[in-house]
Amino acid sequence: MNELITKTATELAAAVADGEVSAAEVTAAHLARIEAIDGQVKAFLHIASDAVRQAQEIDRKRAAGERLGRLAGVPVAVKDLFATVGMPTTCGSRILEGWHPPYESTITSRLRDAGAILIGKTNMDEFAMGSSTENSAYGPSHNPWDLSLVPGGSSGGSAAAVAAYEAPLSLGTDTGGSIRQPAAVCGIVGAKPTYGGSSRYGVVAFASSLDTPGPFGRNVLDAALLHEVMSGHDPMDSTSIDAPVPPVVEAARHGDVSGMRIGVVTDLSGDGYQPGVLSRFAETVELLESLGAKVTEVSCPHFKYALPAYYLIAPSEASSNLARFDGMRYGLRAGTGSAEEVMAQTRAEGFGAEVKRRIMLGAYALSSGYYDAYYGKAQQVRTLIIRDFEAAFEQVDVLVSPVTPTTAFPIGERADDPMAMYLADLCTIPSDLAGNAAISVPCGLAPENGLPVGLHVMAPSMADDRMYRVGAAVEAALQSRWGHPLLAEAKGLAS
Amino acid sequence: MTVMYEEALQKYEPVFGLETHVELGTRTKMFCGCTTVFGAEPNTQVCPVCLGLPGSLPVVNRLAIEYAIKIGLALNCSIASWCRFARKNYFYPDMPKDFQISQYDEPLCSEGYLDVLIGGGCVRVGIERVHLEEDTGKSLHVGGATGRIQGAEYSLVDYNRAGIPLVEIVTKPVEGTGYLAPEVAKAYVTELRDVLRSLDVSDVRMEEGSMRCDVNTSLSVVGSGVWGTRTETKNVNSLRSVERAVHSEIERQAFVLDAGDRVIQETRHFHEDTGTTTSGRSKEEAQDYRYFPEPDLVPVAPSPDWVKEIGASLPELPSARRSRLRSAWSLSELEFEALRNAGALDVVEATVALGASPADARKWWLGELARKANDAGVEVSSLPITPESVARVAALVSAGTLNDRLARQVIDGVLEGEGTPDEVVEKRGLAVVSDDSALLSAIDSALADNPDVAEKVRSGKVAAAGVIVGAVMKATRGKADAARVRELILERLS
Repeated sequence: MNELITKTATELAAAVADGEVSAAEVTAAHLARIEAIDGQVKAFLHIASDAVRQAQEIDRKRAAGERLGRLAGVPVAVKDLFATVGMPTTCGSRILEGWHPPYESTITSRLRDAGAILIGKTNMDEFAMGSSTENSAYGPSHNPWDLSLVPGGSSGGSAAAVAAYEAPLSLGTDTGGSIRQPAAVCGIVGAKPTYGGSSRYGVVAFASSLDTPGPFGRNVLDAALLHEVMSGHDPMDSTSIDAPVPPVVEAARHGDVSGMRIGVVTDLSGDGYQPGVLSRFAETVELLESLGAKVTEVSCPHFKYALPAYYLIAPSEASSNLARFDGMRYGLRAGTGSAEEVMAQTRAEGFGAEVKRRIMLGAYALSSGYYDAYYGKAQQVRTLIIRDFEAAFEQVDVLVSPVTPTTAFPIGERADDPMAMYLADLCTIPSDLAGNAAISVPCGLAPENGLPVGLHVMAPSMADDRMYRVGAAVEAALQSRWGHPLLAEAKGLAS
Repeated sequence: MTVMYEEALQKYEPVFGLETHVELGTRTKMFCGCTTVFGAEPNTQVCPVCLGLPGSLPVVNRLAIEYAIKIGLALNCSIASWCRFARKNYFYPDMPKDFQISQYDEPLCSEGYLDVLIGGGCVRVGIERVHLEEDTGKSLHVGGATGRIQGAEYSLVDYNRAGIPLVEIVTKPVEGTGYLAPEVAKAYVTELRDVLRSLDVSDVRMEEGSMRCDVNTSLSVVGSGVWGTRTETKNVNSLRSVERAVHSEIERQAFVLDAGDRVIQETRHFHEDTGTTTSGRSKEEAQDYRYFPEPDLVPVAPSPDWVKEIGASLPELPSARRSRLRSAWSLSELEFEALRNAGALDVVEATVALGASPADARKWWLGELARKANDAGVEVSSLPITPESVARVAALVSAGTLNDRLARQVIDGVLEGEGTPDEVVEKRGLAVVSDDSALLSAIDSALADNPDVAEKVRSGKVAAAGVIVGAVMKATRGKADAARVRELILERLS
């Protein structure tokens, strides 16, 4: 392995800024890695043809003495639902095959301004609907720990790319757990910022009130760095919060939990959880206590309704958001005859089974006569979950739980069982419904199968820095115990 | 159609309501920064947001909210302190997102009214709600007979209009107006148009589609107190059509009911050429729009201070202006109505402001000029003559420089582009003959030609002098001041 690809984003940015290495060399090393292994991992749907040129531009700027951004020369892989000029955006769907957006998302535009090299677009479950990338129209991505396993989803390509050293950083979006769950099962760090903390402009919508773009990195500090660069108020997104970005990098540099009040959510545990996940989680809680945190148990009684509420709210919004894919203006157009026939045929051919399932669920939940019983009731549950969080955060600074009930599962195992698939997001959904911040940090391997387990840290809205503080503390303590990063134990790839 | 209107009204009481869509005159669209110029090249005023491209997001145009609040206040509505946009979901190629951002159960303005003057009386039309939404694109269906999507060979879509802010103003059902219903409907739309124009929030041009009406009509059997099934007549796009659409639906529904059939709840299309409606899609298989709160937008919460500020900045509304002018000009309600119906209010006011007496200004605009406008088939205010010119003509008449006949010729000259009234007087040589000696010689010669008339006048039949006046006027080709001629004749013969 070229040592450049094992460096952290923070190290690479510093090395490029100091002239120890050129952005072009860094980019070339990652392109070579992608070339060598992505045939197995299948993290990418598209590799930027101008990646080297982007890097040369950074090198030119440096040579000219121009100011370099915080991510200058650092490759970033981008989930394929961010609108990018110069690269297609498919959302993992046939219906958008070959669509080249004429505009750039706010976040990728900020990354470009910060000097990041947008190295390619990553695979995902179609329109971010799924927990395994198996719903991608372009085939699944593979888990670098074991290529026969899923990398999680929906941002599975982004997680796999970072775990496989194809990029030090990547962008994902989290609607029900789509950053945190793949981060957990790939043994890396993934964060869902506070809803409204990161702009949705140019991010193809799945469920507007839930979609939250966020970072992946191989360690807490890298994730924080990307989190900080991508975040901040965007006047193009009405739901964007007009307030300073929480100091997450600062927090990630000072992983200190002494005196911090940490609540273990008792409702996110028990039946259906893999024993090794629970044991690693319990050990990590003990570790936090040993680091000086005050740990208590907290009950959030309405969390058990989060999953059903989510599967009414998210599909409802999706049924409306995905209406525009009708073959009239862009993307696939199928069929002949009347506009209505073309629309119907385009959607029949262009969407996969899971997308159709959710559109139908959502259209049903919103239909007159059923609205109150389904969408309306789900919104009430959402309010109760927000109240559970509010009550909990009066007692504690952060909440913790496992990220996902099980470790990575085999490709194909849950593909025909939507309910089993939906359970992967059991622990992550409450924070999406409430809009608060949450992170997944590796906390060890499940003894029964040697696969990574994630610690889930949930923080109040706009207190994203707290979860980074906890994450950094856990990461530092565990790495000093193990003597190396967890990812060093990943054996799925030959080199 | 055998049931005549009067006959229908003996048995049935019409109930109607209007939904009026008005394009706001903001410089930019409802949710993006695209401009809103009418008639631009197709698809040149578009961006990712109003094209609904994947990933794009709407941001509310604050000025559109302000305009809608203005309209709400002018229509005596209460303004919501908190409300949301909602998505109205349905598939249509001219809708970029296949949903329209509108408002559903939380309109920005509600519970108001508009007083409408009709035949010297006043009808208070209740306003149910005023809400904001975005306009759709415009489809052009090519090939096929009807210009509708059915039967067309292909369709072209222009998204320039997509995202232009619209307000929808919905009345409560209007009942109890009897045979006046069509007129009240028209008068309401006229008054609404005038209110919107005075607020300067829209150019309210029905012919360009910046104001469009849907008319709901139903009949109830007189005395039953039970409303019948209503129909919705779409895209009634002139004031006259509003009246005709209600009229024709009353007749049609009465005919259906008299035949023992039931009125079907449906959308109907109004045809300008025949003045009748034909069936559109049936509403009984009601489309389910699956409304839900728009998650891409935050709620609209206009502060009480802002609403107060907007209220304080409202201009004088047409009704207030009318009472002011009517009393200033000492006109009866009916005389004033005539002036307003002729569309001459603004020009008369301007003419008076330039020094003409209200009676003179009214006389010219409603008389000579109204006739000319009528002949030309245009509004009196669009004739090529300014209030300045009319005021000047009136001044010349009062000064005795022109008589009425000459003044009409001056007006002709101005309308024909010969210049200002003074220039026309000069060029055509139209000033009255005010030289007494010239008049006296014409009088003497007329008296000599008519000795019998001269005798009658001498003997006290003063009215007979008119013959001599006429002869003098003829001799001077109308340039004499008739009153002065009469005085001189009487002096001569006394």
